[in-house]
Amino acid sequence: MDGAHDMGGAEGFGPVVPEPNEPVFHADWERRAFALTVAMARPGGWNIDMSRFARENRPPEDYLSKSYFELWLAGLETLMIERGLVTREEIEAGKALAPPKPGVKPIAPNEVTPAIRRGGATEREPKQPAMFAVGETVRMKNIHPVTHTRLPQYVRGHLGTIELNHGCHVFPDTNSLGQGEDPQWLYTVRFDGPELWGKDGDPTLSVSVDAWESYLERT
Amino acid sequence: MSDHDHDHHGHHHHHDHEHSELSETELRVRALESILTEKGYVDPAALDLLIDLYEKKIGPRNGVRVVAKAWSDPAYRERLMKDATAAIAELDYSGRQGEHMVVVENTPEQHNMVVCTLCSCYPHPVLGLPPVWYKSAPYRSRAVSDPRGVLRDFAVTLPDITKIRVWDSTAEIRYLVLPMRPEGTEGWSEQQLAELVTRDSMIGTGLPKQPSEAA
Repeated sequence: MDGAHDMGGAEGFGPVVPEPNEPVFHADWERRAFALTVAMARPGGWNIDMSRFARENRPPEDYLSKSYFELWLAGLETLMIERGLVTREEIEAGKALAPPKPGVKPIAPNEVTPAIRRGGATEREPKQPAMFAVGETVRMKNIHPVTHTRLPQYVRGHLGTIELNHGCHVFPDTNSLGQGEDPQWLYTVRFDGPELWGKDGDPTLSVSVDAWESYLERT
Repeated sequence: MSDHDHDHHGHHHHHDHEHSELSETELRVRALESILTEKGYVDPAALDLLIDLYEKKIGPRNGVRVVAKAWSDPAYRERLMKDATAAIAELDYSGRQGEHMVVVENTPEQHNMVVCTLCSCYPHPVLGLPPVWYKSAPYRSRAVSDPRGVLRDFAVTLPDITKIRVWDSTAEIRYLVLPMRPEGTEGWSEQQLAELVTRDSMIGTGLPKQPSEAA
């Protein structure tokens, strides 16, 4: 979706403000919201693309006015309500009003470290050969899916060069909708500054995105 | 995401409105945790462990070890550039948000910088959770269009002729910048070199410390 989360090239947000000696979390609720979100993914049965979509799929003013972990909290609530794990009434009341959904098994303490250290690889066995070769010029499709996509607006329609081939990876656009992993070849596509930002763009700049094969077309 | 949010993150809340807003979120998260615990979906002891892992074990000191080893061991550097995920796993760092690692090397000709314009993708096993600025709108919007301007916000100036290469982490590939080893460190041990590596130098928004700045 062309939402407020897709920020590349936007103007007016002001300077970057680094924080010296920044702590990992700035409040206890951030710790708990982070841990709840990570710990609920497996019992909740959603994948990373679904959780990204749950965070970004909201009105721009809502997205932009929430802090990072407030977005995580809002995303977590959405994912749980959608699956009938909790109700909106329970969240508003701040207490359980209905029995739990059966068969939901929590992450046990002894599973935490192994699960984090294992992670969730997204590379899959290729089913067909790659369509594009390293060094080839490609054009990014000008598409505007209304659901989750990882093709940022600032590169759509632009010409780039295939720089790396990362193998076949789970495709977020379908995975976020529960329509399967549909693994596709994933490439690093590199763009020159002026191609993206016009003739006044920094000629010493190049920018790359990682793009699935169906985001690309031949020139 | 806005500047306003820095107030949310800060330690000082100057007026009542913000104070009550923060308390509301705090209460909402506490209530949610108790609902999920009561329903048997989460075990609070597992949450404590998760937090402890990200506050104490998974952080930029891991990446510092990777960089210092690459600076002092040419064979390791070669393995790191060829298969970063495997070379990083040699040091026992792996997993969530670092399943597919690529290391990009700074040279006198090219400076690398990493961003995620769409959310907050960041190589957790080597750098930990991202700082607030990395997740903020100012960085996500300008890193791809005006990286020299962003570097100025970090008080970093590069020669005009140095090419800037920005990596937007739009998939599950995670990037770690291998900064240039500072001049004047010939014969330094891996431990000494580690003192020079900063978190920001591994994102590309900073440079390593100079030998004179070493602790």
